[in-house]
Amino acid sequence: MASITENEHKSYGMGLHDEVLTGRTQQTFFNSEEDENFFYNDAFDVDFNKRATIDAEKLQCLELNKKIKELMKKGYGTIVLKNPGAKHSLGVGILQKLNLIVEGSLGYFGVGSIDGPVVRISGRVGWSCAENMMSGKVVIEKNAGSCFGAAIRGGDLICKGSVGARSGIDMKGGTIIIGGDAGAFTGFMMQRGRIIICGDVGPNLADSLYDGTIFVGGNIKSLGADAVEAEMTDLDVAWLKRKLKVAEIDKKIDFKKMTKIVSGKKLWNYDNLEPSERKGAI
Amino acid sequence: MCGIAGIIHRGKSTNVGGEMQKMLQSLKHRGPDSTGYALYGSGKSKDFILRFKVGENVGEGSSAVMEDASLYDLRKTQVNIKIEEAGGKILKEEQITPYSFRYIIKCDDDLLDLAKKIETVEMTEILSLGQSLELIKDLGDASVVADQYSLNNFNGTHGIGHTRMATESGVDIRSAHPYWAYPFSDVSVVHNGQLTNYWNNRRALERKGMRFMSSCDSELIAVYLANKIRDGKELEDAMQSSLIDLDGVFTYMVATKDKLGMAKDHMAAKPMVLYESDELVALASEEVAIRSLLPHEIDTYDPYEGEVKVWQA
Repeated sequence: MASITENEHKSYGMGLHDEVLTGRTQQTFFNSEEDENFFYNDAFDVDFNKRATIDAEKLQCLELNKKIKELMKKGYGTIVLKNPGAKHSLGVGILQKLNLIVEGSLGYFGVGSIDGPVVRISGRVGWSCAENMMSGKVVIEKNAGSCFGAAIRGGDLICKGSVGARSGIDMKGGTIIIGGDAGAFTGFMMQRGRIIICGDVGPNLADSLYDGTIFVGGNIKSLGADAVEAEMTDLDVAWLKRKLKVAEIDKKIDFKKMTKIVSGKKLWNYDNLEPSERKGAI
Repeated sequence: MCGIAGIIHRGKSTNVGGEMQKMLQSLKHRGPDSTGYALYGSGKSKDFILRFKVGENVGEGSSAVMEDASLYDLRKTQVNIKIEEAGGKILKEEQITPYSFRYIIKCDDDLLDLAKKIETVEMTEILSLGQSLELIKDLGDASVVADQYSLNNFNGTHGIGHTRMATESGVDIRSAHPYWAYPFSDVSVVHNGQLTNYWNNRRALERKGMRFMSSCDSELIAVYLANKIRDGKELEDAMQSSLIDLDGVFTYMVATKDKLGMAKDHMAAKPMVLYESDELVALASEEVAIRSLLPHEIDTYDPYEGEVKVWQA
């Protein structure tokens, strides 16, 4: 890593360059040399040592999310949310660095569409937590509902407990780490990124997987269409050790015995030509 | 979308009416059209509680046809005659709304004969018949229905409820949940989801003599379970087989005199959050409903696909 620039270093830290795509893609790749990739125009300059507390008990979702933005505007870099009461859509759309500490549980769509914050949730989260997350880190101490990390593009999403069905559905990057078990259709139509499941996983794992990798520590009920088992490498083991350490999951896992699932690339889309190639063929 | 909720206390009675009202009111956003409760009292008496309606609520948003209120009195009188014809005796009668009644009756265990006779009266539908079940449903949110039917101080061991967003059928009481598993005493069902093989199953069950009162797909679950119980299956086994026979995406709850159960389809496409402790089990479409009763920090989880669970009161 010695020869990379500061911005490249940031992008590695955000998990944007740590995977080699093996499939065909039309994605425009991230340019680490451009400053605007790291800052939104309306991002606020916050001080992590400046701390504020919001009592969510009597506030509705919209009021709470506005309150978080107002505090960021005033430079608060650490915000504690008390009594969230499993309300829906809390902490969504935070597009900058922030320490958000949630003391309790979130309902549906918690911390969705975020880009940059570090979020710690002491309770449980409902369906579709961190949907469309771009970067940052979310740590959930208890369980999560279905569609956990749907369509995330980057960052680390960690649930120390168990998660419901369709976790990582349509994910396009980043890492999802699950300390317990996962439900049916985990990694459904996943396109990029990695999922680590320390426990067991339900039926149809990685159904219609385009790309990306899934590691499972426990039993797999069944694999979905086009999901195949691959060989674990020393690099995989080293990466898993590092990731679980960062995720503060200290389970005794024999990493070498984990099951690695990748795409078999037998679905129709892998056999077809790109539109431009098809034109040439005609 | 619809919201469902349920609670069961292990070995004690509490204000289950008030608890269900709180849970269902917090799910109002999932279904504003109608709300229904299936509440289970002590059930110590051998007499039966009959809840029935002789007309529809024609309030705002209703798809029912306006009728002259004098028809309700006429039908009620006819129901009384039918009860006597079936060998039953009315011990107490209460009129809750112009079209809705609660009776305490003495009758033998042939509920099918009694129910059939009562429902020959035009526009009359038995909502529930049992020794501990009281099934109440009407248009409006949970608070409106609880106030209308004085449910806030209902003492019992368990209950299930439903807030309905009408999708498959009209906004009326007959399409509202819960459904009584006719003709079995004290069995009720609430459901969130869509059944895609409704007509195939309905036709097969009708050929076996089962009765349908609405065209709501959720009623199928109640009738399906009733048919399995009639064939001698235990509740849990009947629920297990429903996961194979019923097609679609669904999560449902079923309650009997002393049990509460839940089942989730193999796709796990409909939500359910569950809290279990030594004292009680609470479950709902959203955690916010459980939090309305238990605001302190608790451990909750989602049941998995194809899961069936049954708890004892």
